[in-house]
Amino acid sequence: MSDTDVATPPATTGPAPKRPPGNLARAALLLLKGRTVVVLVILMILFGTMSGEYLSSSNLIVMTKHVAINAILAIGVTFVILTGGIDLSVGSIAGLASMICGGLLFSGLALPGEGTLFLSVGMVILAGVLVGCVVGWVNGVLVTRFKVAPFIATLGMLYVARGFAQLRSEGGTFPNLAGTPERGNTGFHIIGVDRWLGIPVAVWIMVLVAAAAIVVTTRTPFGRQVYAVGGNERAAELAGIRVNRIKVAVYAISGACAALAGLLLTSELGAAYPDTATTYELNAIAAAVLGGTALSGGRGTIVGTVLGAFVIGFLADGLVLVGVSTFWQSVVKGAVIVFAVITATAQQRLEASLAERAA
Amino acid sequence: MLTAEGVSKNYGGVHALRDVTFTAHRGKVNVLVGENGAGKSTLMKILCGAERPSSGTIRLEGEAVQIDSPRTAMAHGIGIIHQELSLFPNLSIAENLFAGRELRQRGFSDLQTQRGRSKEVLARLGQSHLDPDRLVGELPIGQQQLVEIARVLLEDVRILIMDEPTSALSNHEVDILFTVIGDLLADDVTIIYISHKLDEFRRIGDHVTVLRDGRLVAHERMDRTDTAWIVRQMVGRDPDSLFTRNRSETGETLLSVDGLTVAGPTRALVDDVSLQVRAGEVVGIYGLMGAGRTELMEALMGLRKTASGTVAVKGRVEPAGTVRARLAAGLALVPEDRQRDGLVQTMSVRDNIVLSTLNRLTRGGLFRRGAQRQTAQRKVDELAIKVGDLALAITSLSGGNQQKVVLARAMLTDPVVLLLDEPTRGVDVGAKSQIADLMAGLAQAGFGVLFISSELAEVMAIADRVLVMAAGRITAEFDADELTEEALVAASASKPAMEVEE
Repeated sequence: MSDTDVATPPATTGPAPKRPPGNLARAALLLLKGRTVVVLVILMILFGTMSGEYLSSSNLIVMTKHVAINAILAIGVTFVILTGGIDLSVGSIAGLASMICGGLLFSGLALPGEGTLFLSVGMVILAGVLVGCVVGWVNGVLVTRFKVAPFIATLGMLYVARGFAQLRSEGGTFPNLAGTPERGNTGFHIIGVDRWLGIPVAVWIMVLVAAAAIVVTTRTPFGRQVYAVGGNERAAELAGIRVNRIKVAVYAISGACAALAGLLLTSELGAAYPDTATTYELNAIAAAVLGGTALSGGRGTIVGTVLGAFVIGFLADGLVLVGVSTFWQSVVKGAVIVFAVITATAQQRLEASLAERAA
Repeated sequence: MLTAEGVSKNYGGVHALRDVTFTAHRGKVNVLVGENGAGKSTLMKILCGAERPSSGTIRLEGEAVQIDSPRTAMAHGIGIIHQELSLFPNLSIAENLFAGRELRQRGFSDLQTQRGRSKEVLARLGQSHLDPDRLVGELPIGQQQLVEIARVLLEDVRILIMDEPTSALSNHEVDILFTVIGDLLADDVTIIYISHKLDEFRRIGDHVTVLRDGRLVAHERMDRTDTAWIVRQMVGRDPDSLFTRNRSETGETLLSVDGLTVAGPTRALVDDVSLQVRAGEVVGIYGLMGAGRTELMEALMGLRKTASGTVAVKGRVEPAGTVRARLAAGLALVPEDRQRDGLVQTMSVRDNIVLSTLNRLTRGGLFRRGAQRQTAQRKVDELAIKVGDLALAITSLSGGNQQKVVLARAMLTDPVVLLLDEPTRGVDVGAKSQIADLMAGLAQAGFGVLFISSELAEVMAIADRVLVMAAGRITAEFDADELTEEALVAASASKPAMEVEE
């Protein structure tokens, strides 16, 4: 292009002179931005002084393991919420994956001829995650092709997947998942019970999932497109983004994460029962929201979601440890979630006013 | 008599109105004209209480009044009929007419009386066959407009503001409306009538006031004016001084559209449109609102399904008709409504610029370090986008710079033909001429440029060739040197019936 087209305006692209915004406002913004960390630290100090055991390394490890399962669910759900959707079916998908894998380990796969096939533990886990992925894909197709509102589509799937989980065993439990050496399917306990370098394997898995999710959301075109779809679907469409494909993908990711979380839970318990992870979807959504993910889409981070899961987990276990009744636990948890959303709104308002002053 | 004295209104740094003194004569039809962005809507919003002036006073019968909400405007007897319908499609006609001021009887809605009075007012508008219990959403758009008008008639208005009231009405309905206006005038009601349609307001208006760039440029009795005078006042003397005209040689045909048709609910939104854009050429599409210009652009870009017709880029027909396919073929659209269709408001300036070309910035599936920033910075420099930090939220930019961000994204896709839908809408005069310069520069660089404009001065100053659309069809085509304002206005107002005869 010739240079005549932009020759008229002088180059004034340097940084605009900024009036320094109030230090108080900036400090407040910093506090709000880091609120999940702040709350987490406050919780640890609070419960640490109330119970000497709370901050012991063994308790911290146990609590982190509790966090791991919810964090993995929440990471998946975060992808969906970033596109402006919602996934209510993750608890049920976790339960379904649990029952399918439990069945494969306990009674094997009945072949059409005669005999029963027992898959290795690795294959069983893969199968479980794949099932979650497919169920999530169905959610995505309902939302995109059939234009069902995400809330309704995944609410329906919440019942359907839970129903299939119960059908798998006619409502019963698969009590023993240890496997036998003859069948070559021992070792399911590794992911939910064992430790590596003193840290539970489940926690390592959470770290891996979180790391992968961080890379995908921040450093790949797919991740950026997820944010764009949630930020402005029409603009994303016009920018040439395959909006429907992105949406289907996030539900599939959410389903896969849910299945993985369900398997960790099942391995930890050593048994698969159809009510595994009931209502866990709410904890997962709460963690994402606590971590600053906007339900309207386009805003949020994986790191925030993981921190949110830590707050919920450390709060719940702390309340148990200091002997608060389960009823009050529920009250506190609910209040914290609503408070988190209020502070998120405050942060956005403060950011806007600071940006206005800077402009 | 209603007077606005020395009224100014600023939005941020933009002067929407500067020291306007406007008088509406009592019991007359006071026509207010001006191009888009001249300040008509702002003045209306101030008069009906939707906005407050930055300075100036409003006088009613000589007495200064504070109109700080639509409610106080109503209390002063000022009613408004908006151009964009503000009806509840999910409620019945009667419920719409009484929305916000439901009649009550012992605490309950008095539906019977509401229905009765609705019937009366509908009859006055020649719509006695309409059942007040019908849902407004089920009505055709013209009748919806009449419901909107009926809503104001229920009030005891002394001053009635009508913002393009006929844009959705058929000729027959316009006649009814004008009869109603005559009745109102007989009742000593003052009418302020905003319209683009010259033939219409010349028929009904008593006084005409012309706004341009936020200033009042003329006020005259209608019978002392003619069409040419009004157009001259609207456009101003010398629009060419503001814009650079592209003067490059034209080359091969880049975009060729043949018989493109987009189906609509009642008639085709785009009706058998054929056009060509050559390399080095800036082609303007002029027309009134609802003429189908935006729909044509959207169809070209694959955002709308076409019923028939072909789109060829560089001689190759692009059959898929999806946004991605059209982007790949070399088309790129800068949409009319930046906020709704162009920008991702939650993202930074940088992320908005590179959004269409993310895959080029990766290595091994991951973004290359700094690649996004460098790419965005290059476009920011090239288009002179004023932004301190690329990581700033896109919403912190001014309208003109936001527009350039959308343009930057489109240009990154290496388009052959750029489609610009009202590229200067809502940007200030300085940014307007910069954007016009950019368009001329693109043409010189061998691109084809197809743009929509509702502003006569702009389209006349920038375009090498102008196509006029009305009712979904191209009704006229002019080269820059044979272009006159009157001819453009006449072609844009042609009725579908006339086209059939052609």
